[in-house]
Amino acid sequence: MSKLVLPEIDKKTLDKKEYIFKALAKLINSENILSHADEIKPYETDALAVYRQTPLAVVMPENTQEVSNILKFCHEENIKVVPRGAGTGLSGGALPLQDAILVSLGKFNKILEIDFENKCVVTQPGVTNLAITHAVQHKSFYYAPDPSSQLACSIGGNVAENSGGVHSLKYGTTTNNILGVEMVMMDGTICRIGGKTLDQEGYDFMGLICGSEGLLGVITEVTAKILKKPQVVKAALIGFPTIEEGGNAASEIISNGIVPAGMEIMDKALIEATDNFSKAGYPRDAELLLIVELDGTESEVNELLKQVSDICKKNNCSSLKLSKNEKERLSFWVGRKAAFPACGAMAPDYYCMDGSIPRGKLAEALLEIKRLSKKYDLLVANCFHAGDGNLHPLIMFDGNDKEQLRKTEEFGAEILKACVKLGGVITGEHGVGIEKRELMCEMFNDNDIQQQLDIKSLLDEKNLLNPGKVYPILKKCAEEGRVHVHRGEEKFPDLPRF
Amino acid sequence: MSIEVKKNSQIFLDSNNTYYPEDELQVSSLVKELYKKNIPTELIGTGSKSFIGNKVQSANKLSLSKLSGVIEYLPEELYIRVKANTPLELIEKELEKNNQELAFEPMDFGFIENGKSNKGTIAGYLSCNFAGSRRFKVGSVRDHILGFRGVNGKGNVIKSGGTVVKNVTGYDLSKLVAGSFGTLVALTEVTLKVLPKKRLSNTIIIYTEDKRLVNELFDKISSSSSEISGAAYVPEEPQDESYKQNKEIVFKFNDLDSKGSFLALRVEGDKVSIDERVKALTKELDLNKLNTSKLDIHQSVPFWRKINNLEIFEQTKNNLLRVVIPPSKGNELMQKLGNKYKYYIDWCGSLYWIEVSSKKNMKIVEIKELVKEIGGYLTIIKTSPEYDYGEAVFTVDDTRLLLSEKIKKSFDPKRVFNPGKMYRGI
Repeated sequence: MSKLVLPEIDKKTLDKKEYIFKALAKLINSENILSHADEIKPYETDALAVYRQTPLAVVMPENTQEVSNILKFCHEENIKVVPRGAGTGLSGGALPLQDAILVSLGKFNKILEIDFENKCVVTQPGVTNLAITHAVQHKSFYYAPDPSSQLACSIGGNVAENSGGVHSLKYGTTTNNILGVEMVMMDGTICRIGGKTLDQEGYDFMGLICGSEGLLGVITEVTAKILKKPQVVKAALIGFPTIEEGGNAASEIISNGIVPAGMEIMDKALIEATDNFSKAGYPRDAELLLIVELDGTESEVNELLKQVSDICKKNNCSSLKLSKNEKERLSFWVGRKAAFPACGAMAPDYYCMDGSIPRGKLAEALLEIKRLSKKYDLLVANCFHAGDGNLHPLIMFDGNDKEQLRKTEEFGAEILKACVKLGGVITGEHGVGIEKRELMCEMFNDNDIQQQLDIKSLLDEKNLLNPGKVYPILKKCAEEGRVHVHRGEEKFPDLPRF
Repeated sequence: MSIEVKKNSQIFLDSNNTYYPEDELQVSSLVKELYKKNIPTELIGTGSKSFIGNKVQSANKLSLSKLSGVIEYLPEELYIRVKANTPLELIEKELEKNNQELAFEPMDFGFIENGKSNKGTIAGYLSCNFAGSRRFKVGSVRDHILGFRGVNGKGNVIKSGGTVVKNVTGYDLSKLVAGSFGTLVALTEVTLKVLPKKRLSNTIIIYTEDKRLVNELFDKISSSSSEISGAAYVPEEPQDESYKQNKEIVFKFNDLDSKGSFLALRVEGDKVSIDERVKALTKELDLNKLNTSKLDIHQSVPFWRKINNLEIFEQTKNNLLRVVIPPSKGNELMQKLGNKYKYYIDWCGSLYWIEVSSKKNMKIVEIKELVKEIGGYLTIIKTSPEYDYGEAVFTVDDTRLLLSEKIKKSFDPKRVFNPGKMYRGI
């Protein structure tokens, strides 16, 4: 990737490293402070592994008070802090900074309370998304948001990123599925927001915190809402000879008043990749594959499946399979769930994009991506959460080839710009992080960004919490929407760095 | 407010010191002037809910009523983009044409105000964030806002969100604006998520005076996979003849005996799925052992409308409280209320609407303390003429107040919009 502009390194912090370590050792158990190069290595990057930074130190507090003490100390001493959950984020939101303390919430790994009466689970933030469902599934409950990394990603990270999943249209994302959080502000203040009630009075801080990418506070507890599993879940696997016909069918399903639990689209490149990889039995002659999942009562689901089938037939589908049992339903998903590793098997590296577009613009978006694929001479495969409009093009490249790296990054940025032009957004669920920071200007003007920065500067007046993420580092939107770095020199060197 | 603004921007000003900007640009230039001159202003739409909250400390009003109309409605994309002061009724009519709706089931506060329907505008409704009976199933108003445009307290036009469901680009300011009672932004445009309307609705009525059973049923209903979209309990007490009569008039349906206490459950969908759900519920809730009746669609729809319109408290001259609690604490709150208060429960045991007669501020304090103890919150929705403002309308703790001050400052540093509406100093 091209040179990454990060906040200016505070030499004063580096100079007092020893003092900082001594002070930290008074705040937490010294074995929870990692400073040796070998210990720190795993924390140098998150799932956007092309960027690496060595943090000043990694600390692993064990309780909220310790987090508060650490943040208070850092606030007083002007030391930057980067919070980190499981490190599965794809946009570099947990990328360390050389002069920052990385606060890992890895030791916050306990479920504190399972409250079936109030239909919620109170949990520490380091608990994985899937562990919440596992804790309540014996009574047929589950936690609805299901990001593909749910086996490994933490619920605290989910709150920070407002993670979604394949069922977002019907069941919402993280922000719609949590009732309360406890968090620590940069000055060490501990806040409890919400609780076990529906909604809250006053400003909706929980809504603000969800998706704030660790810039406003460190989450130390989450109260997650749990739902009863639906009575029946069935799926349909449908192939289409053209992108347009498949896209139209997906739009028609929605406009006919059907709200699928999940609706996924894969293009030809991905059908082949996943079928080679997982032997899912997908129709390889199809240009586009649609998976529709429906839930509800038995006869309701059957009726909806019939309607979906009729719509797909009307749109000239080339193949149509309805799941006869749970085993078959899960088999429909095998290929889709292996989409990323399948691409990994096709090329040394792949770059996963994450735009959102209006459902009806899918054909246009895919054609544009096809055109760009030719322009950059790079293979791309596409999967699309058709229910909620979230598009994930996977660009395949060789990371050892510097030229391919550069082209891949440009290709990705062009895709996201195209998403915005089609009425969409630059990130549906992976977050802005450092990856799409400069693309914020594609969506927002200076006023919009200034409003967000004003919130940040009032809640973290010294800009110490996860600085350099989400917002363009030069504060104002550069003319062309991106910050250009020429021979390592930054534009506007006199402007303050964020 | 100086006349200069009026002349320069040609914004109409009536004799009540109310400004009527016609578009976003005019709102922006007007607010820039207000900001410059430090003039506090009350934001108003149609005024349907202006009685909620503290009295605004300002002599000037900014009416956004001219910013009305549908900008873009794409049924297949499940969103509608409207000017912020579009009447809710107009939006609902537009959606109805495509068999869609606002799933959060907007309430109508006109009945408690003056006995007449007045749903007001989407901006006003969003600013209160009071979802109707379907809340526990589909989320609140804030869960259905995809994006907005508006003018902050400095007069700058800002936007957040978009038209798509999945969007994590920047802070989600739509959530902050929801429930902010017009203290952060003068909204100019709102994009709402819409959903298909369920074809049919049936309501099962369970007659019972047993409060413990009511809470057990609420628990079973919220643990059920039968997708119940409404669960309310209307108790019989207090022993007040006029209340009883009013209750019988409001809930006058062929298949409902409104003399006693009753719990109502709503199932929505196609006939076949409703039948299937009712069958499952009969088993799950042991309905055959209870005294029940059923409201068909012709009765079910108006029944829930009356629940959502607070018609039982029509034109109340008393204090009306809105209390939200963790549902497991229902027994405690019901015990406290005993037979002394007129109230009913919605949101499957989470939401209580309680009427407290005038000159009884102490009673509000008592209820408030209990609600706090059990982890809930209480908002005074309507105050009686004798209410002495001894008790805060909204409740906030010190930490959240500090955060609120910071949020307010980031949007509206000079407290131009609705000062004092929510909390003192905000």
